[in-house]
Amino acid sequence: MAFKSQTDRLPIVPANARKQNVTCNFCIVGCGYHAYSWPVNKQGGTASSANAFGVDLSEQQPAETDAWYAPSMYNIVKQNGKDVHLAIKPDHACVVNSGLGSVRGARMAELNYSEARSTQQQRLTDPMVWRYGQMQPTSWDDALDLVAQVTAQVIAEQGEDGLFVSAFDHGGAGGGYENTWGTGKLYFGAMKIKNIRIHNRPAYNSEVHATRDMGVGELNNCYEDAELADTIVAIGTNPLETQTNYFLNHWVPNLRGSTVSKKNEQLPGEPHESAKIIIIDPRRTVTVNACEVEAGKENVLHLALNSGTDLALFNALFTYIADQGWIDRDFIDNSTVREGKARPALYPARGESEANPGHLTSFEDALEGNRTSIQDAADITGLNPEDIVKAAEWIAKPKEDGKRRRTMLGYEKGIIWGNDNYRTNGALVNIALATGNIGRPGGGVVRLGGHQEGYVRPSDAHVGRPAAYIDKLLIAGEGGVHHIWACDHYKTTLNADKFKSVYKKRTDMVKDAMNSVPAGDREALIGAIMGAIRQGGLFAVDVDIVPTKIGQACHVWLPAATAGEMNLTSMNGERRMRLTERYMDPPGQAMPDCLVAARIANHMERVLRDMGKGDYADQFKGFDWQTEEDAFMDGYHGNAGGGEFVTYDALREMGTNGFQEPATALQDGKIVGTKRLYTEGVFSTDDGKARFIDAPWRGLEAPGKKEEKEKFTFLINNGRANQVWQNAYLDQESDFVMDRWPYPFIEMNPGDMAEVGVKEGDLVEVYNDNGATQAMVYPTPTARKGETFMLFAFPTGVQGNVVSDGVNELIIPNYKQTWGNIRKISDKPKSVRHLSFKSKEYTG
Amino acid sequence: MKRCTKLVDVGRRQFLRGSAFAAAGAAAAATMPTEAKATPAAARVDYPSNRLGNVSDLALNEPLDVAYPDDEAPGVLVKLGSPVEGGVGPDGDIVGFTTVCPHKGFPLSYNADDRTFNCPGHYSRFDPEQGGQQIWGQSTMNLPQYVLRVDDKGDIYAEGVDELLYGRLSNVL
Ligand code: SF4
Ligand code: FES
Repeated sequence: MAFKSQTDRLPIVPANARKQNVTCNFCIVGCGYHAYSWPVNKQGGTASSANAFGVDLSEQQPAETDAWYAPSMYNIVKQNGKDVHLAIKPDHACVVNSGLGSVRGARMAELNYSEARSTQQQRLTDPMVWRYGQMQPTSWDDALDLVAQVTAQVIAEQGEDGLFVSAFDHGGAGGGYENTWGTGKLYFGAMKIKNIRIHNRPAYNSEVHATRDMGVGELNNCYEDAELADTIVAIGTNPLETQTNYFLNHWVPNLRGSTVSKKNEQLPGEPHESAKIIIIDPRRTVTVNACEVEAGKENVLHLALNSGTDLALFNALFTYIADQGWIDRDFIDNSTVREGKARPALYPARGESEANPGHLTSFEDALEGNRTSIQDAADITGLNPEDIVKAAEWIAKPKEDGKRRRTMLGYEKGIIWGNDNYRTNGALVNIALATGNIGRPGGGVVRLGGHQEGYVRPSDAHVGRPAAYIDKLLIAGEGGVHHIWACDHYKTTLNADKFKSVYKKRTDMVKDAMNSVPAGDREALIGAIMGAIRQGGLFAVDVDIVPTKIGQACHVWLPAATAGEMNLTSMNGERRMRLTERYMDPPGQAMPDCLVAARIANHMERVLRDMGKGDYADQFKGFDWQTEEDAFMDGYHGNAGGGEFVTYDALREMGTNGFQEPATALQDGKIVGTKRLYTEGVFSTDDGKARFIDAPWRGLEAPGKKEEKEKFTFLINNGRANQVWQNAYLDQESDFVMDRWPYPFIEMNPGDMAEVGVKEGDLVEVYNDNGATQAMVYPTPTARKGETFMLFAFPTGVQGNVVSDGVNELIIPNYKQTWGNIRKISDKPKSVRHLSFKSKEYTG
Repeated sequence: MKRCTKLVDVGRRQFLRGSAFAAAGAAAAATMPTEAKATPAAARVDYPSNRLGNVSDLALNEPLDVAYPDDEAPGVLVKLGSPVEGGVGPDGDIVGFTTVCPHKGFPLSYNADDRTFNCPGHYSRFDPEQGGQQIWGQSTMNLPQYVLRVDDKGDIYAEGVDELLYGRLSNVL
């Protein structure tokens, strides 16, 4: 039977409970919450004066009440060493979520570490090192000395290129401004590390180089724009499941028509009605269904194109809109480059240079280069020509009185992890530029985002473009030491089968060497490790909050603290920056990543000085931070644009609404922010002019994808599920989540199931020439024949095993265009027998 | 789904009395000193045993509106037609669930075609044939299900709930 907690009551939050600001540390939306805490031997009462909500709790509370919290929002945690009750409740006054909590964020409290209630007992509490054939606890000094000694020796022998780094670059849990600065200052300040990659891709690069090269930062609008738009275009995103409360709290009201009065008020002098929405996605998602429910089918256009053909569609839309004269001529004249540039010699096969795979130019030149007829696009995408025309009309055909349509274009991993990332991203931005939909209410061409953001680091210019393909170098035996920060490539990289097998071999060589000497003989230990490294071994250090899958291969684990166990700042998808206050102690000896980085730097300085490398040692000065606030002041406050106005005190004052970056002033203790970017029509290029991109369609771009498609039967499309945050690093210990998804689902058309000979819940093997993995069959009548969808990055079946190593010119992976075959492994195992396999679509 | 007027057997007052035990705290004791002193607080709430109907009241796959543990807590009984875990009655197919969505308290409606509860609030769906498992949705718990008992006469009694009900910090107020 479905998991039930048998909770029959919860402690009442007393009136005098401590109340702190929390931003959900999971997805990009960054919903506002409050953490209430109070001594474990106290509780509030039902009388309105005796509880924090100020209402009579002996009464049933109504729908959407602020005076209730779910069992998942409760825990008992330590605060200054003492047990306290903790309730983390969505904030009704936060403009982001207005009191909504999603199935991920509303579980924050129960996903915290609790000794009293035995939650997240997987958390790392002590530094651990490989000793006597397994990971064993040790002191910080011992672990850090080992890390510094091996790192310093590898650098002495191989130079800084011998140190490989995998590090988060985002906000929220496992990130934030404090921690990106801490790691950034270590690897880009003290050192100039080139062999570095990010948590979800095999290089140190932007996921959206094209829009940036065109002068358009990817987070350029505000969430209110989704309430003001005439048309929303959602590309390669499933916002109901992946930007949940943004969709529910800002898109749905516009689809329902309940923001018309707001539109009339803010944007008088033009006709307004409820929004239309275009969803570009090969798969019918729950988002499509919800939009139909709210807006009516006549206002929803689902363009279920052939996987990976977005570029052809965008170019046809661009062409049609331009030919109809629906462009914003003033905007093009004033805000974009007017002089075209000659096409690069080998274009379209090759771009301007290795670093610039496109051709950035004027509107007219881009139009000429991209010219695609509706019929050609229909042939490539498999869409109806009429639907493409309809989409163009919904995007750009002027309203009745000739006023321009306000169209917001939101995109995410469907095209970011999709075919021909650079040109596809750019071709979409072309449409926004041509129609003047940037920097204006109801507009924006924006990433919808995965994690929150929180990036402030010294310059990464030395990394270069294209950046090094780290996984390939590791597979080729390069590097001697690997520092990993809150990444689990065993679950979240491409070509994962191959990566794991080589990585295990290389790290096992070091483990065997370590086993050969007494752990207490430091000199002999370092000697043995270095000996193994010279033979091709790899010494691996994992900084994380839990023991990860890649951690199984590592030699040192350093325990990190997460949001709430430290003060942590991040910004969301509308650049809204908040401070999550520290409301509990980290487990055991765990420390914020920024302080772990600082202590590594301190040990490096000492070890290098001992080695007689005084000048190099001096580069590791400036890491005397004692708190995360020290790192924040050194990093964000000192380096971010507008950072000088931002302090913890000011942020605390700004509560869960914070401010939108960049900050422009501090007035009466309040930080003044920026609601939208580019409102003046001046863009992020040297001359302030945005660029169009000449980006013709060129088929499946990444090497090997075309052949894979021809060889294998099923598209193995992949992505996220509502309940699961990231790679389930916390959810893997959630009874509620693992009860629902003991294995990653693979959605399959019933006809395909019959052909393969599988039933609902069967475990199947998904395989191709890259590797193999497993999934659980979820019958999905709306899935197109030959097109499956598998949950990504799940611990009990890693989709990345079957993703090839083919990347674009700038080393962006292409997870979405994966083809494989499917065969049965077994009937439903016990953990699957009680599951529901009914449609996920709301039926009313 | 229309709300049926069927009365529960025991009035709400009785449960309000129970709330003093449920809240089990100094503040509650202050407002109801006599009872709090008289009885030590129990570790769990005391669920009433309420007659919700008779097996003969139930038509196949047609939800019967009930309320439990008091009349401010709407729910339904459904006869599903084939035995399920947690099901009672001669065919082991009668189940009872709250119809208040555990996410934000919107009223669920029953879709007889695919035997699901659906929430108009944020599109959550629950499967009564699988213990109220959330098929998809925003709730952080599966749908609270009644513990049911059927006596010799075919009367169906609810005697407990397996998750916290929305909008109350004690299942018995
Ligand atoms: S929508 Fe995202 S930020 Fe908001 S509660 Fe859910 S996971 Fe957290
Ligand atoms: S209230 Fe039911 S899904 Fe939100």
